[in-house]
Amino acid sequence: MAHIVIDTNRCKGCYFCVKYCPKQIITISKQYNAIGYFPAELSPDKKDLCTGCKTCALMCPDTAIEVYK
Amino acid sequence: MRVLTKGNIALAEGAIQAGCRYYFGYPITPQNDIPEYLAKHLPRVGGTFIPAESEIASINMILGASAAGARAMTSSSGPGISLMQEGFSYLAGSELPAVIVNIMRIGPGLGGIAPTQGDYNQAVHGGGHGDYHNIVLAPASCQEMFDLTIKAFELADKYRNPAMILADAMVGQFQEPCRLTPKEPVVIPEKPWALTGAMGRPAQLIKSLFLGPGEMEIHNLDLKKKYDTMEQNEVMYETRHLDDADIMIIAFGTPSRIAKTAIQFLRQEGVRAGLLRPITLFPFPSKAIHEYSQRIKKILVVEMNTGQMLRDVQLACHNGTRVYFYGRPGGGIPYPDDIMAQVKKLL
Amino acid sequence: MQAVFTRPKTLKDTPTHFCPGCTHGIAHRIVAEVIDELGIREKTIGIPGVGCCVFLYKYLDIDVLEAPHGRAPACATGMKRVLPDRIIFAYQGDGDMAAIGTSEVIHAANRGENITVIYINNSVYGMTGGQMAPTTLLGQQTTTTPYGRNFRSEGYPIRMAEMLATLEGVAYSARVALHKPKYVMQAKKAVEKAFMMQINEMGFSVVEMLSTCNTNWRVSPTEAIDKLENEMIPYFPLGVFKERTGKDFL
Repeated sequence: MAHIVIDTNRCKGCYFCVKYCPKQIITISKQYNAIGYFPAELSPDKKDLCTGCKTCALMCPDTAIEVYK
Repeated sequence: MRVLTKGNIALAEGAIQAGCRYYFGYPITPQNDIPEYLAKHLPRVGGTFIPAESEIASINMILGASAAGARAMTSSSGPGISLMQEGFSYLAGSELPAVIVNIMRIGPGLGGIAPTQGDYNQAVHGGGHGDYHNIVLAPASCQEMFDLTIKAFELADKYRNPAMILADAMVGQFQEPCRLTPKEPVVIPEKPWALTGAMGRPAQLIKSLFLGPGEMEIHNLDLKKKYDTMEQNEVMYETRHLDDADIMIIAFGTPSRIAKTAIQFLRQEGVRAGLLRPITLFPFPSKAIHEYSQRIKKILVVEMNTGQMLRDVQLACHNGTRVYFYGRPGGGIPYPDDIMAQVKKLL
Repeated sequence: MQAVFTRPKTLKDTPTHFCPGCTHGIAHRIVAEVIDELGIREKTIGIPGVGCCVFLYKYLDIDVLEAPHGRAPACATGMKRVLPDRIIFAYQGDGDMAAIGTSEVIHAANRGENITVIYINNSVYGMTGGQMAPTTLLGQQTTTTPYGRNFRSEGYPIRMAEMLATLEGVAYSARVALHKPKYVMQAKKAVEKAFMMQINEMGFSVVEMLSTCNTNWRVSPTEAIDKLENEMIPYFPLGVFKERTGKDFL
């Protein structure tokens, strides 16, 4: 099953992955991360929709996303 | 065998024999013989000559070539050297060796091309920004143009620091018989710090930016240690007739040659004058001047400027020494008679 | 299950200093990916200029020389002449290349130096706090054009990729953007092409990357994406302006 792994403590919460995810399954956490940003996270209820298309990782300026398929 | 050679040509040939294979430069009088000679002869030894678009580009090409581990040189004069100052500072800060030749022309501004020594302060006391020194060598003959160029490459590599040949146009433009082979075999040291690609080793970095707290202070103090070591080990000067001298003339480059003639005539007249000629302007022979000035209480500094090395002599002298100055700026050249008259005034 | 997207080997595991949403991070990653895919990490040397690009050495696991402001193409020239079989690239911002360094880049390009220049154009001086750059758009407010750039006093934004493409020594000149997935993929292809030009000894190659600087544009990262699309691209059209196909040296 395709999925992504977000390195929460590297994410700066820029919303690029949220904006570009074709399935709109990424959201922004309500918890601060270690560097003071609200990081991206997979919506728990939608994570099964991930197709492993890599768009989020492609647009991540901080290379905080790994994609598995 | 000695060959009748122009100073600038002796210097250029010295660079080739020192193993310099990269020259980048921009034309300016009175040093054009150097790039012209190297444009012709570097390709014959597998070297590279680039007629750069500016002195700024030249010095930065040097930075790149030096970082790759090569012996590289540029030459210029006055305004061109001013344009390169940022590069000197980066070379010193990044601890990269390079040889820069300044065949001085008159300033300020566009000035003129007659012999002068107006760039002493710029060469010896900075020019570029920050807490650094160039190694500065001052040849006074065609033979020294050859020998000191080889020495400059050696010192630059040894200390990973820019080294400058500072010569006036007279030394650059006149001809003398020269031995155009090195006194000692040239040895180019290994440069494990050079950037050649991270093949079979961790990636390397050459930089002058240190933003961390305290990092730059440590770097500056490390550089200072290096300059102190140079002052311990690398000072070069020539003396003549100082053992019994009542008056010491201090001069470098062309004025030192004229002073020698003046001293010869003065001695024929019974005036005991002697000469100290700094060959390294940085490190400066302060210690030697201090020691001689304990006994010789009158010093005449002769320069082709309004008094630049004068300050370093004044700082070096023993208490109670009187330091006098005779200078001809703006292309004026002192004659032996002028120097003799100055000395006689001090008796 | 296998990893289909991971950090390229050449990109060190160091968090960047870039502001959140700065597409400069994407530029770094693309360059690292191309270096990995071409298998040239051990023979590549990077030469960043001064500005946000200067910390390249912290992020790329290759030999790096830090160049003075604007002089990276001259440094790359000197280095490439010493090491003709290495891959040497300069990495410059728009202040670095299009203002203080125009002389060096134009003449390196005109000599056909076999080097690559990655040029990040974000229409502003980023690291120094958002002053007007030569690429600042007309009307764009910066800290030194508080009333907007006016062509009568500050002139027009400069199009480097087109200008460099006019020079005989240039093998490849392209402008790409980093704000949308499709453009990021195109940008990577352009970087690969540029490096291939160097590997094949075709001459000077340059890739201009339109990048966002949301901090100094005073907008959010996602608003900056729209700004790039709607304001930068109309003035700085994307495309390949020169692509040499043979060693057609005159």
